[in-house]
Amino acid sequence: MKKLILMALLVTVSAAALSGCKGGTKKGGNGSVTVGITQDLDSLDPHKAVAAGTKEVLYNIFEGLVKPDENGNLVPAVAENYLISEDGTAYTFKLRKGVKFHNGKTVTAEDVIYSLKRCAGMLETSDPEVRVVAALSIISDITAEQKDGADYVTIHLKEANTELIGYLTCSIIPKDYTDQKTKPVGTGPFRFVSYTPMKSFVMEKNKDYYGTKAHFDKVTFSISESTDAAFLKLQAGEIDVFPYLTVDQAEQLKDQYNIEVGEMSLVQGLFLNNKVKPFDDIKVRQAMNYAIDKDEILQMLNGGKGAKIGSGVYASFKSYFNENCTNTYNYDPEKAKQLLKEAGYENGFTFTCSVPSNYSYHVQTAEILVSQLKKVGITMNIQLIEWASWISDVYQGHQFESTIIGLDSQLAPSDILKYYIGGTAKNFINYESSKFDSLYKEAMATTDEAKKKELYAQAQQCLADDAASVFLQSPSLMVAVKKGLAGYKFYPVYVQDMAALKKAER
Amino acid sequence: MKAARKILSMAAAVVVLSFVTFLAFAILPGDAAQARLGTDATPEQVEALREEMGLNDNVLVRYGRWVKGVLHGDLGTSIRFRCPVSDLFKQMLPNTLLLAGVAFAIILVLSFPLGMLYARYPGSVGDRFGVFVNQTFMAIPGFFLGIVVSVVLGIGLKLFIPGAFVSYDEGLGACLAYLFFPALSIALPKVAMTVRFLRSALLTEKQKDYVRTARSKGIGEWEIIGKHLMPNALAASVTFLGVIVSEIVAGSIVIEQVFGVNGLGRLLVSSVANRDYDVVQALVLYIGIVVIVLNGVIESLVQKGGETE
Repeated sequence: MKKLILMALLVTVSAAALSGCKGGTKKGGNGSVTVGITQDLDSLDPHKAVAAGTKEVLYNIFEGLVKPDENGNLVPAVAENYLISEDGTAYTFKLRKGVKFHNGKTVTAEDVIYSLKRCAGMLETSDPEVRVVAALSIISDITAEQKDGADYVTIHLKEANTELIGYLTCSIIPKDYTDQKTKPVGTGPFRFVSYTPMKSFVMEKNKDYYGTKAHFDKVTFSISESTDAAFLKLQAGEIDVFPYLTVDQAEQLKDQYNIEVGEMSLVQGLFLNNKVKPFDDIKVRQAMNYAIDKDEILQMLNGGKGAKIGSGVYASFKSYFNENCTNTYNYDPEKAKQLLKEAGYENGFTFTCSVPSNYSYHVQTAEILVSQLKKVGITMNIQLIEWASWISDVYQGHQFESTIIGLDSQLAPSDILKYYIGGTAKNFINYESSKFDSLYKEAMATTDEAKKKELYAQAQQCLADDAASVFLQSPSLMVAVKKGLAGYKFYPVYVQDMAALKKAER
Repeated sequence: MKAARKILSMAAAVVVLSFVTFLAFAILPGDAAQARLGTDATPEQVEALREEMGLNDNVLVRYGRWVKGVLHGDLGTSIRFRCPVSDLFKQMLPNTLLLAGVAFAIILVLSFPLGMLYARYPGSVGDRFGVFVNQTFMAIPGFFLGIVVSVVLGIGLKLFIPGAFVSYDEGLGACLAYLFFPALSIALPKVAMTVRFLRSALLTEKQKDYVRTARSKGIGEWEIIGKHLMPNALAASVTFLGVIVSEIVAGSIVIEQVFGVNGLGRLLVSSVANRDYDVVQALVLYIGIVVIVLNGVIESLVQKGGETE
């Protein structure tokens, strides 16, 4: 009897092993494409999603009144066009006719108002999990009207603000639809099919889409535990598109994949707590800036790609990025030592850098910085912390000496620069400058585009001059796209635009 | 009477375990509500969510609430996946059990013949080489072996596609086919241990007088090993195999990450990082019960064996 069981087991195992050989050829690319991602989705409800990794997936399902294009412009989506009143206190949107939700219902002004109010935290019964967009709190009222057979929605503001449009990418969802978190319904070029935790997110082409329809019938986002695990899948040819390669990995994939290179919309920096010794001394902060060789960082982490930055705006945000800041401190270890001496740290000092352990990129950056700072006598100790601790201790609690992180934002300059306004909770580095505060305030309020740009440029220079932190770079983004596919687009925000992806013409 | 006491002490162990995990989570820095809402949330929003999630009560109240739920068959709700923990279990437990089952089968299938072979020819070149190979496999950590298996068998020999895991409910055959490889990574070091154990158990047994008697009767070496030595060695192996099973359970936590198996191990690791309290609590309870019950059963088996002898 025992022998029999053993035999049976042996047979099952070997049969299983044999059938494993055949499993590999199921993919034909017949109108379907698989994208690798390394972060599980934190919510399917677009108003509850927080992680950038979730937003870049949901971009395919949901749209706002406007949505970002690859040049960083906001183009009409659910709205056909919009008008900002001259005083900057009212935004009027003309709704596009006949836009349908994935459940077949037509988008109405009521749905739009509901969605916006939900994002702004203006609904009577609020769901505590909804991520309220703080910038939308200046909305006083939202009204609808009909004119010449078209629907208009007007957003009234408590004060003038011409940058709010960057936040109106907030997803339009059907009013009072309660299954958003399990069966999301939006207006985007793809509709939701299924989601399996830790495994996959599947969507299909929205045949009723008003705009340019997607090329592929089905797109699967395949969730991997880590970049390494995803890399194995890539080598096996199981994934068609993978957005987060390292330089070494990209090198190894060149036979099967085209490697597309773009830039991440991130301000990566060694952020220094301006209230903690010795970083309360501007000379020490400037010394840190002189001691760090950004070219070497780009070379080692991105194979020379990516963009150096010198202030709080990322390089791909072209219309506001102040390039001059990049050259405020050029690599000069001698000058760094000199400044340290002046500050009374002739023999250097030791400090701790708290790095979130889930971001291997930041951890690698930290390792390079350790060796660079060593050269001027500064000892940096890396302390790896969990992401949850990073948020509560570093970001919320301001309890840290220094950290390495990448800051992202909405397509509004006020959003990416909000981290430096004196005395606010978001100012986790405790930077204080009345000059910056007044420039920021003035820039926000002005409706004149040229003047706005100039003021934001000055604000960035102010951050650079004060050496608020060590602003490092916008990291490069290397994407593996299987040969035979074309149309992958880079966006200045977190987006994996699968509607644009198509088969390459031969 | 004795059995009752045994069950009582096992239950006590489970209770202590669950309480300690609960406490550990209470002490850990990082807050589930904050992790959920991300960097942009205001303190008021976080506070509101904390309240809704019941995180504002003290540890004992929360623990009490949790115990009450478990006794009513309610394992709680996953904060991250917004669904009952039992749904996640339903989805992932079978995968983990299958993985453990296949791994255990591989251990049995490989280690018994090998152990007998080594015991048949002790001191031979093959035996010495075998001991060397054994040592090597015992020293390799599971995750590393997992990567080696993926690269060599998966990408090199194309026997399977690393990461292309098929869940049990999508096709049992394909699921088992895939699980063979992670199971192999879990099993190989354990095979090495089992072979070594069996070899020495058989060799000890071989020294005994009855073997000489058997030989003198003209019974062949293989028959002696198979029919006479093995049953005795098996009795000793029971305890050992019990330990192996607990190690499979622990080993699968790591291996599931490497191979992207949608099982409880992977769920456990990601839930700790996301402060998904109820899920972690339920998983620790599950693993704890498996290990404690297993140990209890083996212990009583061994004791019974001792009594009848």
